[in-house]
Amino acid sequence: MNGADTAFVLISAALVMLMTPGLAFFYGGMVAVKSALNMLMMSLISMGVVAVLWVLYGYSLTFGGDLGGGLLGNFDHIGLKGIDPTTLTGGDEGIPVIAFALFQLMFATLTPALMSGALADRVKFSAWTLFIALWVTVVYFPVAHWVWQEDGWLHQLDVIDFAGGTAVHINAGVGALAAVLVVGRRVGFKKDPMRPHNLPLVVLGAALLWFGWFGFNAGSALAADGTAATMAFNTQVATGAAMLGWLVYERVRHGAFTTLGAASGAIAGLVAITPSGAHVDAFGALLIGLAAGALCSWAVSLKYKLGYDDSLDVVGVHLVGGVAGTLLVGVLAVDGVGGLGQLGKQAVGAFATMAFSFTVSWLLAKFVDATIGFRASEEDETGGVDQAYHAESAYDLTAVGASLTTKNLPEADTAAAAPNSKVDA
Amino acid sequence: MKLITAIVKPHRLDEIKDALQAFGVHGLTVTEASGYGRQRGHTEVYRGAEYTVDLVPKIRVEVLVEDDDAEQLIEVVVKAARTGKIGDGKVWSLPVETAVRVRTGERGPDAL
Repeated sequence: MNGADTAFVLISAALVMLMTPGLAFFYGGMVAVKSALNMLMMSLISMGVVAVLWVLYGYSLTFGGDLGGGLLGNFDHIGLKGIDPTTLTGGDEGIPVIAFALFQLMFATLTPALMSGALADRVKFSAWTLFIALWVTVVYFPVAHWVWQEDGWLHQLDVIDFAGGTAVHINAGVGALAAVLVVGRRVGFKKDPMRPHNLPLVVLGAALLWFGWFGFNAGSALAADGTAATMAFNTQVATGAAMLGWLVYERVRHGAFTTLGAASGAIAGLVAITPSGAHVDAFGALLIGLAAGALCSWAVSLKYKLGYDDSLDVVGVHLVGGVAGTLLVGVLAVDGVGGLGQLGKQAVGAFATMAFSFTVSWLLAKFVDATIGFRASEEDETGGVDQAYHAESAYDLTAVGASLTTKNLPEADTAAAAPNSKVDA
Repeated sequence: MKLITAIVKPHRLDEIKDALQAFGVHGLTVTEASGYGRQRGHTEVYRGAEYTVDLVPKIRVEVLVEDDDAEQLIEVVVKAARTGKIGDGKVWSLPVETAVRVRTGERGPDAL
């Protein structure tokens, strides 16, 4: 067993773990006060749901031996059967499979959470939870299998996706688009002002994401080596360049360098370098970042032009940034894998993911809507989903404070104290 | 007795406090407010979406004063709050029916 590689992967897993709460803050700061907690919860709940599903069948369906056609893993490792602390991946000098499984669990957790930003202020929490449980099962596990498992059909096709441009970002980006088309626009979309309530929280979230992304990208080397180092280096420079790209476009087009733009630009760069960073040199990384930053800064205006309410620009940043990075590596790869042929393969990877994810995500959203209802009632949406689904309010910064409420003392007679629901679920 | 209310720019509060203290008031209340008069706001931008901020932050300063001092107090506040730029705000007065000091129960001028 390779101790250095194992240590690196375990630490990387912890870094990627931080990205889910980081995402929660990034999105949470962008919504209104009355729905901030719900936006946090949509990310947090993923950490619960996916952990369970990963153990039960997620790891097996994603990384189990191929069932056929490179489409899905088998059931050999249901419940992580057959994996003990000594099982290694990659021969005697490999790392424990359980370390790899942990690392990948963090990816599986983060991906559905990415979609939450598109559905701000207006989905039932129970419906969201059901949606992501179904989505990881039917969309994420298969696509991750295609891209990262040895016999996965995109892997066999030599599609380059080092850390998840397709499986994570394009997948979630287009899944979000499908969900948005089913759920519909917020009340007051394009009419009422809707702006971030806590930009410092957004920047904090972006910082945690940026930090954690070193685990996401460099850790995907699954080894403490030059590839990991290259990936880490390119991650940093692409992200910095992307931030500049977004800011410059924004200043020219809209008249200001904004903190939201800086934070968003950084994320766009991180997304774009994710599939590409291991195969480009530093200049390629700078170029990818700059392009992604400027492109995504433009792309976030599409929702207004085309009329879909992708509230926090999951499509504009993750789908567009993911496609940009996935395609650009075909053009900018320096280690001999680039060229028109590779570009074609990259396109196959990108479009296959988009087609599959959009179709199935749309069907899942329709299913959830038809069964328990996806959308919040208009009253819950305008009153605030925090109150409606979590029985809480996010901030209490006034002198009045808790006195805004009256405490209900528990009933002495337990027969009289029937359990009741304080939320519309 | 009169209640003098001033809706003014937040950054003038220190000037106003100093001026009122020099004048001899024993107390005042400050609350946050939003508003507009002839002043129109400014523009903010969030990922390309532009917002005109038409309600701008102000503070509301309230002081209880005897009838005889009201006019002078108004002048003091206006002078301290004025910047000469648009958005300086307004000051007005209202008659007060009753005023009571909570700690002692004193009423009327003794409450000030």
